[in-house]
Amino acid sequence: MRRLLNAIGPQNLSLLVALLVLVAIFGSLRPDAFFSPRNFTAILNAITILGIVAMAQTVVIISGGIDVSVGSIVGMASVVAALAMSSVDSAAVGILAAVAVGGIGGAVNGLLVTKGRVNPIITTLATLAIFQGVAYIVSNGKAIGVLNTDFNWIGAGRIAGVPMTVIVFSVIAVLMVYFMRATDMGRNIYAIGGNPNAARLAGIRLERYRVGVYTLTGLICGVAAVLLTARSTSGQPSSGSAGLELEAITAAFLGGCAMAGGRGTIVGTILGVLIIGTLNNGMLLMMVPNFYQLLAKGVLLLGAVMIMEFRTRRPA
Amino acid sequence: MLHPQTGSKPPRLGFTGICKSFGVVKALRDVSLDVRAGEVLALMGENGAGKSTLLKIMAGAYHADQGAITIDGVPQHFPTPLHARKAGIRVVYQEPDIVPGTTVAENIFIGELPRRAGRLVDWKRLNEDAAQLLSTFRFGQEIDPETIASDLTPAKRQMVEILRSLRQGLKVLALDEPTSSLSEAEAHDLFDLVRRLRADGVGILYVSHRMNEILGLSDRVAVLRDGSLVGVREAAELDQPQLISMMVGRALDSGMRKQRQANGATVLEVEGLTSEDVTDISFTLRAGEVVGLAGLIGAGRTELSKALFGALPRRSGRVRIAGQDVALRSPREAVDAGLVYVPEERKADGLFLERSVMENASIAILRRISPLRIIRKKEERRVVTEYTRRMRVKTPSLDQWIGKLSGGNQQKLILARWLATHPRVLILDEPTRGIDVGAKADVYALIDELAAAGAAILLVSSELPEILGLSDRIICLQAGRITATLDAQGASEEAVLREIMPRHL
Repeated sequence: MRRLLNAIGPQNLSLLVALLVLVAIFGSLRPDAFFSPRNFTAILNAITILGIVAMAQTVVIISGGIDVSVGSIVGMASVVAALAMSSVDSAAVGILAAVAVGGIGGAVNGLLVTKGRVNPIITTLATLAIFQGVAYIVSNGKAIGVLNTDFNWIGAGRIAGVPMTVIVFSVIAVLMVYFMRATDMGRNIYAIGGNPNAARLAGIRLERYRVGVYTLTGLICGVAAVLLTARSTSGQPSSGSAGLELEAITAAFLGGCAMAGGRGTIVGTILGVLIIGTLNNGMLLMMVPNFYQLLAKGVLLLGAVMIMEFRTRRPA
Repeated sequence: MLHPQTGSKPPRLGFTGICKSFGVVKALRDVSLDVRAGEVLALMGENGAGKSTLLKIMAGAYHADQGAITIDGVPQHFPTPLHARKAGIRVVYQEPDIVPGTTVAENIFIGELPRRAGRLVDWKRLNEDAAQLLSTFRFGQEIDPETIASDLTPAKRQMVEILRSLRQGLKVLALDEPTSSLSEAEAHDLFDLVRRLRADGVGILYVSHRMNEILGLSDRVAVLRDGSLVGVREAAELDQPQLISMMVGRALDSGMRKQRQANGATVLEVEGLTSEDVTDISFTLRAGEVVGLAGLIGAGRTELSKALFGALPRRSGRVRIAGQDVALRSPREAVDAGLVYVPEERKADGLFLERSVMENASIAILRRISPLRIIRKKEERRVVTEYTRRMRVKTPSLDQWIGKLSGGNQQKLILARWLATHPRVLILDEPTRGIDVGAKADVYALIDELAAAGAAILLVSSELPEILGLSDRIICLQAGRITATLDAQGASEEAVLREIMPRHL
């Protein structure tokens, strides 16, 4: 129990409580529909893509940046992967194409932010439009079907009853937690976000890290694009731009990231994603109209951020 | 240039028993001082003597812990700077507080722009009023009210800021090192303005390090030392040596110097280093030697340190460490070459305030203890434990949040961070600033220990007793150049002050 608490991290305890409260509320309102293995799998399945993108976003935010182009990177990677597979019928080619395009998009962001010295919000707002434009141009604005069954299995297949998408999400989550906690790179990312001056004076190469962080984010978005493309069995130019970036940023802030950088955890973000997923699922079960769901999400984020602000202001 | 005394009239501005502390540091102790109407009172003192604190208290930016301020005998209370302004006090700091993108006229009348037809600005009247004010003070020819303020020279910006205060019924004007960025001709314009204001009965508090300027312009001179008022003298009765001897005379309270054998090999050689802020700097450091770097604020001490460390660009010059030429283009290269810098601004440049004591201590050695990029946490704990013990960091646990530590312990932690990298050259920039007496004594002892263990140390400090007490040699820096290198054995505070004070003007 103690080890579990440690793994979650004391700062994320309130998030866990919030999640359990949500579960209790929806569970008592619709016990039959909510408490079923099928529904839990559905919740998880629904959050995998958002979860992966939100974890990538978390790393950028911890490093003191932000990336609002993540949704467009997913869309661009999805389209290119589908195109690649329409000429070479191989799942490996599709995966490689998606991840490579994601990495390139991320690297472009990183280089613009560091070498071009453009503010990250402005840079990625611009690339959000650019990547979306690229996705529409190469696809001619149409969805591109994927016929490769190996590839599509990633989106629909199961191992021992667990959807592949959930497995991919879990593997990435474990790797990311390990990366941020156990490697010197993770530590240095916290350092450059918390105090870039001090980090530079401590001998950390800021630019290299910033480019690296954006590139990593792009690569992970490429993985998210694989799941998305496989699940919809098509590369969709518009698929990444349905507010994915905003949901990812919401989850990261909900999970304890600070706008200024240097603070936040992968576990916190995962809890944030689970809260969003449970809320969506519960409201769906309650047949709350879509518009009210948006409202609830906004209120949730505001409430969480205000509580956090209040709690961090306490020490002088 | 003496002026008729005000006789029994109350002073324009009176300070009575002002005390102010920042944490454990006493910035002002029981300071009582009068500024009379129609006089220029010069305020002098070494760096950290308390001049700026006194100015900020009269400006309403700080609140005195004890004591009272009066204007024309009436007790005052300034909850905010606005209250001080309304009472007729104006403090002009070194960096003029103008709005760069707007015109001279707008800057002068900021907050009270003349209006017509409700909320519309009456531009015509604004420019006429400004022109009139400018010509009253004979700037009509030189400054056009419609000039954008950021296009003005620093001197004219300062004039604009002073003029701005005139229309608010100026009673007391304080100027903080107003000539530090002015040319000689510009300074003379400023002196003219000051004299005119004095003739109008304004009480002027003038802070400067420039002795000739002070002796030529002021009526009386007040000297602060360690937050206490040493004395107030008629300027006409003073000369430079007398002034210097009033300013010095502090004793190093703890950690007196032990005899040191600085005959180790030469570790650091700097030749002709020039950057934006310093010119043609050459010196050497030996293993086991502490060399003090003395200079007034703005002399370029921190800039020189950062240029050496690769944190600020260099224009020319060579640096050798242990006989090897090194480029030191970035802090990373400097750290790799064995040269480390403990910054003056602990919070801004040193600490990761969100993180633990452990993470703050190990940040510079992570690469060493992370084979395959995975941190060996046991090794981390072992090294950090060793160095925090050696540096006498007091913390309940290494997993403690760094913000909970006292300033002294934070400083010692940063020393521990750098010592763990086994540096050959250590640059310590104001290592005892803002820490309590006990922690200071610890830091002094540590510096001695480090030198004894063979480190070469460049000690940057504003506190002359500290420099004199700890160094083997003292490099005197003035306006970005080395003016002298003194042997600490025979050196006195007077001798160092003479070298670091501006000579001209």
